Amino acid sequence: MSNVIALEEVGMAFGTNRVLDGVSIGIEGGSVVALIGANGAGKSTLIKILSGVYPDHTGTVTIDGERVSIGSPQVARSLGIETVHQRIADGIVPGLTVAENLVLEELAQGSSGRYFTVGKILPRARAATILLDLQWSDRVLRQDVFSLGIADQQLLLLARALSHQPRLLILDEPTSALSAVEAERLFEVIGRLKGAGVAVLFVSHRLGEIETVADRLVVLRDGRIRAQQPRPFEWNAALHAMLGEQAEARQTGVAERRGTDVRLRLDDARLLPSSPAVSFEFRAGEVAAIVGLLGAGKSELVRGIFGARRIGGKMELDGQRYQPGSPAAAIARHVYLAPEDRTAEAVIPGWSIARNVSLPFLSSVSSHGVLRPRAEALLGRKVISELAVVAQGESFSVDALSGGNQQRVVIGRWLVADPKVLLLDEPFTGVDIGARRAIGARLRAIAAEGAAVVLTTSDVDEALEVADWIAVLVEGALRHAAYVSETNRSQIITWMSEIN
Amino acid sequence: MTTARDKAEAADAPSVPRVDRLRDWVVRWGFIVVTLLLIAYFFCTEDTFRRSSTMLSVLKYVSVTAIAGLGLTVAMAVGGLDLSVGGVAGMAVTISAMTMVIYDQVGWEAIVLVLLAGGLVGLINGVLIVKFRIPDLLATLSMMYAIQGLKLVFVQGQSVSTGMPLPNGTDAAGRFTPDFLFIDNGYIGPIPTPVVIFLVLTVVAWFFLTRTRWGRVMYAIGANPEAARLAGANVSRYRIGAYVISGLFAAVAGLILASRIGQGDITAGDSLLLDSVAVALLGMSVMGLNLPNAWGTSLGAVMLGVVLTGTTIAGFPYYAQDTIEGVILIVALVFSYTLSRKKARYVSAV
Repeated sequence: MSNVIALEEVGMAFGTNRVLDGVSIGIEGGSVVALIGANGAGKSTLIKILSGVYPDHTGTVTIDGERVSIGSPQVARSLGIETVHQRIADGIVPGLTVAENLVLEELAQGSSGRYFTVGKILPRARAATILLDLQWSDRVLRQDVFSLGIADQQLLLLARALSHQPRLLILDEPTSALSAVEAERLFEVIGRLKGAGVAVLFVSHRLGEIETVADRLVVLRDGRIRAQQPRPFEWNAALHAMLGEQAEARQTGVAERRGTDVRLRLDDARLLPSSPAVSFEFRAGEVAAIVGLLGAGKSELVRGIFGARRIGGKMELDGQRYQPGSPAAAIARHVYLAPEDRTAEAVIPGWSIARNVSLPFLSSVSSHGVLRPRAEALLGRKVISELAVVAQGESFSVDALSGGNQQRVVIGRWLVADPKVLLLDEPFTGVDIGARRAIGARLRAIAAEGAAVVLTTSDVDEALEVADWIAVLVEGALRHAAYVSETNRSQIITWMSEIN
Repeated sequence: MTTARDKAEAADAPSVPRVDRLRDWVVRWGFIVVTLLLIAYFFCTEDTFRRSSTMLSVLKYVSVTAIAGLGLTVAMAVGGLDLSVGGVAGMAVTISAMTMVIYDQVGWEAIVLVLLAGGLVGLINGVLIVKFRIPDLLATLSMMYAIQGLKLVFVQGQSVSTGMPLPNGTDAAGRFTPDFLFIDNGYIGPIPTPVVIFLVLTVVAWFFLTRTRWGRVMYAIGANPEAARLAGANVSRYRIGAYVISGLFAAVAGLILASRIGQGDITAGDSLLLDSVAVALLGMSVMGLNLPNAWGTSLGAVMLGVVLTGTTIAGFPYYAQDTIEGVILIVALVFSYTLSRKKARYVSAV
């Protein structure tokens, strides 16, 4: 088949900064092109050009051989380009029903008539769910959209995009909120779309998924295409192209370390309302990974240990009673949490790196309540140097940092404060592979110094990359746990897929 | 691709296009330059304005608004808003008058009672907002009505003045004591007392908000309450504390007002709310900070005072003042919300 869409020498610059340069890609109908690249490689810019957000790019875009100019998101849609963005909140309108969200474009453009009732749009909403086989009843369609979980919201956005019968479907990290089962369903849909001749641009950090769905692989680094591969993919070469000089082969396994002393004991906690009680022992000197799908209770576990949520049960820290009623109480005992949503829960926007680092430890950088700017700057510099944060200095805003570097700041502030238990909720989300490796190495180092590190992830490979001990949560229940040397990838996946 | 864009802006600030640099300059210095130009203009054109006594009376005149605005600034720092400041100041006037005129007590007792009342109102505001989860705007608006009404109940709807008949048949014998009247009419050296209080409280609020860890946490809560909580801040306590501070500042403003009026005028403080909100909002645009800040609020109050005094001297009718004030506020908000790019380029002092 011929190209549905072709980009010729497409580039984009902000001021003097060229974020995209001479990119030429063609996507045939019925094929899936995967796009990978570290944070800041230009993926999002490319997506925004194609979806009409950045009309003033250089180079040409042709659709079915005809040159087009994608001047706005509306134009993109009329050209048959649909984008499912990574951030769900950007696409969902809270306060409207599921049905209204499914046919939002028609409502917004007024093509559904001046007066409408939810009943009137139900048939079209229902039609939109068919391709994904969502099987949402009319009762679900009439509910407020926030009654859906994050995964279902993601599926809603996908269904909405598909209802416009796109020629080119752009999926930006579409599985980041999906469980494995839901991701499978998505891949099936992609398969069907291929059969229907739709071109798909698939952007993901997850190499396993790309292996599953993609026909071709495009690697971006610093705004340029560094490699293009047909199947079968050479991952080693692709990672080299993606990471540049610092590339290494896909790493598996760690030099496993087993701790002796139980640092934190948790008994009879309840992670989800209807789940059975769970008990955990986290040992000093080990990195523990809590693996589970979305909604398995991973966040609830670490937030409970951090005092940010009630999970019941009893806890002991180094044999002493530990019942934190608030994060402040946990921090006082050197139990720290790097939360899941960096922007919403960890970073103070507009603040400098030093201020973000010092926030939990203001009493240590102040005397009698008066802040000591030098001590604070020193703390900021310490985090920058210890975690190799790419920044101009501790006084610069965190807003200007890439995702990976923001994460280094968020984790770094706990690392330099003598952690006893360091909890990290999905620490590698939205973090490029280079930063992931670096952070992983630091986590192993801090564990070697005697901390108990507990991280959560839904990615088995990430867990195997950094952890000594892996526990699998399924729907709030502790299903299995083992040292990494005693288990393997396929066994863990089997455990995760066991549903009562 | 905001990340790359921000990075670029941080990396090569000198190469920012000239238009943007001009805009940044305007956002940063526009407010101060306009204030200075206005002062210079009135200075050159109006004889009355040139007298040093006029300048001091402008400062004296704005001190009440500025102090109430400073309290409001603290409430805004935690991401709130306190609409009860005018009510608290009005209540302070009535409490002062009742204490001294009706109950024949002395000035410092009035001061203590007023401060306690202001703190108490702030505490109730904070509890309503934090524990009862009422949106701050609505909670403090209701509180404003409640205390304005309560004030009238106390004095049976009458202004309190010496010699007024009391329900028991006698006349109110007490009077505003000299020490209390000193609050507004006295001088410390050559400077009127309220101006001294105004300057001291500006420094206190500035120091508290930017140089102490408590102020820092308040700003953190204002910017991202969940991140502040997960960093160990007791968000509820800080938010309640901010409203208590706001109530205390409003009470001080009320004390100056009471001393100025010299009797228990029941309408006192009614116009204070909008003025203090205006100066706190004006203050956000000073230096392009885009944050509620103490010096900004005080400068905003001074600017407003200069403009209103200057235009009055120049012969504008008094009823044009609200319009002038509104236009100034709109211009300042355009600075803050439309022209400022601060979010992407903020470089803090640390």
